[in-house]
Amino acid sequence: MTKPRTTGLKPWISLSGIGVFAVLLLAVAPLVLTDHWLNNLGKYCCWAIAAVGIGLAWGRGGMLVMGQGVFFALGAYSMAMHLTLETAGDRIPGFMVLYDPLAPLPMFWEPFRSAGFTLLAIVLLPVVVAGALGYALFKRRVKGAYFAILTQALAVALAVLISSTIRETGGDTGLSDFKYFFGFVLNDPANRQMVYLIAAALLIVCLLAVWQFYRSRFGELLVATRDAEERVRFLGYDPANIKLVAFIVSALMASIGGALFVPIVGIITPAEIGAAASIFMIAGVALGGRASLFGPALGAMAVGWGQSSLGSTWPDGWTYVLGLLFIVVILFLPNGLSSLPARLAAARRKPDVPPTPAIAAAELEEARS
Amino acid sequence: MAPLLNGSAQGALLLLAALGLSLTFGQMGVINMAHGEFLMIGAFAAYLVQQVITASNLSIPVALPVAFVVAGLFGLVLEVTIIRWMYRRPLDTLLVTVGVGLILQQAALQIFPSQGVPVEKPRWLDGQLTILGYNWPLRQVFTILLATVCVAALSAWLKYTSFGRRIRATVHNRDLAETTGISTRSIDRLTFFVGSGLAGVAGVAASLIGGTNSQMGAQYIIPAFLVVAAGGIGQLKGTVIAAWAVGVALSFFAYWTTGSLAQVLAFILVIVFLQLRPQGLFTVRTRSLA
Repeated sequence: MTKPRTTGLKPWISLSGIGVFAVLLLAVAPLVLTDHWLNNLGKYCCWAIAAVGIGLAWGRGGMLVMGQGVFFALGAYSMAMHLTLETAGDRIPGFMVLYDPLAPLPMFWEPFRSAGFTLLAIVLLPVVVAGALGYALFKRRVKGAYFAILTQALAVALAVLISSTIRETGGDTGLSDFKYFFGFVLNDPANRQMVYLIAAALLIVCLLAVWQFYRSRFGELLVATRDAEERVRFLGYDPANIKLVAFIVSALMASIGGALFVPIVGIITPAEIGAAASIFMIAGVALGGRASLFGPALGAMAVGWGQSSLGSTWPDGWTYVLGLLFIVVILFLPNGLSSLPARLAAARRKPDVPPTPAIAAAELEEARS
Repeated sequence: MAPLLNGSAQGALLLLAALGLSLTFGQMGVINMAHGEFLMIGAFAAYLVQQVITASNLSIPVALPVAFVVAGLFGLVLEVTIIRWMYRRPLDTLLVTVGVGLILQQAALQIFPSQGVPVEKPRWLDGQLTILGYNWPLRQVFTILLATVCVAALSAWLKYTSFGRRIRATVHNRDLAETTGISTRSIDRLTFFVGSGLAGVAGVAASLIGGTNSQMGAQYIIPAFLVVAAGGIGQLKGTVIAAWAVGVALSFFAYWTTGSLAQVLAFILVIVFLQLRPQGLFTVRTRSLA
């Protein structure tokens, strides 16, 4: 695996790249795309927000987070509960009445009536959960495959829990039929455009945040921890704290992505947050380039687009494409498409020597750690 | 008492699923997420055997070795084509095999009916065995027996045969093993064949208890990994105890609450346990830092 210190580009080039991306998403897209595709693009933006976080934790931090669905769910269900209550007004949400007409509103739903509490929950819940989980795991030096399997197990557990609590969370059918979004009528195209713009703007904010992270001292430490955790420890830093920060930030981003997913897509079900969905979120990051700045976001959007175009016309084929994508990208291009130009350039410079020695050295380092 | 037996049978099934993993993950350090799909292949192999040998009394005993070989061959192909390139990149192996698992699942979904196929239970598994005044369904006793036989065979194979010695030597010190003339590459292939084959055997057992469909592997893979992790990497006895404990815990939780809540609670239990003992139940003491 090649491990570029930064994205390989000068910071100001990356920054202007974000600027171009912002103009495309915020100004050009609403003008040229139909309402339907703008809504789809909003959905991809939500996945991209989560993907930017995965890029931070996995690409830069070396923590393969296979359970981002958990944090996606925290944001999504917080938002969905609020929108459901807003739609229901003073009454009990429709799906609950269906199972038991006299059932009271579950206790944990009550605070989500307040818009402020909901927004706070979307931010604080993932921070608290990821903080507690990450603290426990990283302090015990749980890493590598163990960490990946444990996070995936949590995503499975949460999906099963939600599926089985049909009265409280809507179960497998999920929560849907939202009419209002913080007072705005969701059916109105103008309001839908506004929700899209919020998602796109937050994606840009997340990109700016990781841009700043990557060029900061913290970003250097994070990469150092990924590549040689013991050396970082011997230098007097606590790798657990460094990883914890990255993990919390990535969880927060997943939660924000989930929260915006709900008004844009209009439904949230356990299928959107379980094991398969968590792996789906990783696919885009792997494709785009886990350690690069734009790779995760662009990769997630590409995979999202693939799912909604190919996945709806030819669902069987889409699964094969997704599976092959994992195999081909990880096997031949572990740093994703974003590393392609550099590798091509390296191959052109030395046509007889494939650009593997540097990669092998880096891998050896990883195997030793 | 009923949950205890139920749990033991559930644990035995989990053990069968985890046994192959403890070989490939524990001994070789390969994280094979397609292991669940190899289990599924074993179950479908049992179904196909039943299409040829229609007498279910006979077909299941035949299906066991067939499933072992078929799943083992799938594992062998995976090792030769993909995994051999990735021994230095454990986390990436995980993702690649996720991709392989997705493809195998989808292929099974298209080849076989999407609602799954019926695997007929042999008549000699219908009855009950009465021991100490309790009725033990033969199907569960069979699962426990099968798991016991597999564990005994595997540990004897690892301990007493020259293949087993070579595998252990390769695990302990690859370079030194190679110096003494062991072909570590063929040992890798052999280990992977046996590990994947055991998943096939587990698949036959699973097909007798639950449904046989394209999704069945996915529901075993995470619990099986947790069992291997909780037992301690490369520790057969740890895997056995962990599988039994998780099975019994699942069964008791299900007895007190509901099935799905039991799953959640069992997961949390294992995660908490790994908090207390990150290296698992039994550990090999090393001087390594990790």
